[in-house]
Amino acid sequence: MPRSLKKGPFVDEKLYRKVEMLNQQNRKSPIKTWARRCTIVPEFVGHTFEVHNGRTFMTVFVTEDMVGHKLGEFSLTRTFKGHRVKDK
Amino acid sequence: MPRISGVDVPDNKPIRIALRYIYGVGPKFADDILREVGIEGQTRANKLTDDEIAQINSVIENNYVVEGVLRRQLSQNIGRLRDIRCYRGDRHRRGLPVNGQRTKTNARTRKGKKKTVAGKKGVTK
Repeated sequence: MPRSLKKGPFVDEKLYRKVEMLNQQNRKSPIKTWARRCTIVPEFVGHTFEVHNGRTFMTVFVTEDMVGHKLGEFSLTRTFKGHRVKDK
Repeated sequence: MPRISGVDVPDNKPIRIALRYIYGVGPKFADDILREVGIEGQTRANKLTDDEIAQINSVIENNYVVEGVLRRQLSQNIGRLRDIRCYRGDRHRRGLPVNGQRTKTNARTRKGKKKTVAGKKGVTK
């Protein structure tokens, strides 16, 4: 079930302020964040985030297409290297 | 045989059923369309006049996304998910369920026919 429109998208306050600051200074630098639940808003486009996946920070470069998704969707939390092919 | 919305050629079924042969038109849309045109749903498709068919055609064309356009839209949406390399796109790429279903069992629709792995369960020690 989607989120109530009344509330608007969830954006992590602190992270948003940080991005705004960078935007004002016209600067770009990777932002480390744990806010996986934060929706990507248009202001984020072009920035690089380092999104925590529980263990490490995964680099996520935000493009226009990603708007509306959450940061966490781009930082996978599971490692799966495939099933072992039967060894002889 | 009437020809509605491009290639679709429904036959001598009631028109509200026949319309469903169009990709993107189901029970609800079929009835909606007929209500808008004002045709009795039980009329056989081959009993329709050319004029009525033209009317149906124009209603579909103006208000509904069907057939090729719809198919293209769908695959574009999936393509987008793939391209931005997000979790859902990844699931599409791997052919696994996308919406968080379990995969320990079931999920056969996405995973396809069972591939048996020798010695996976049962008598291992």
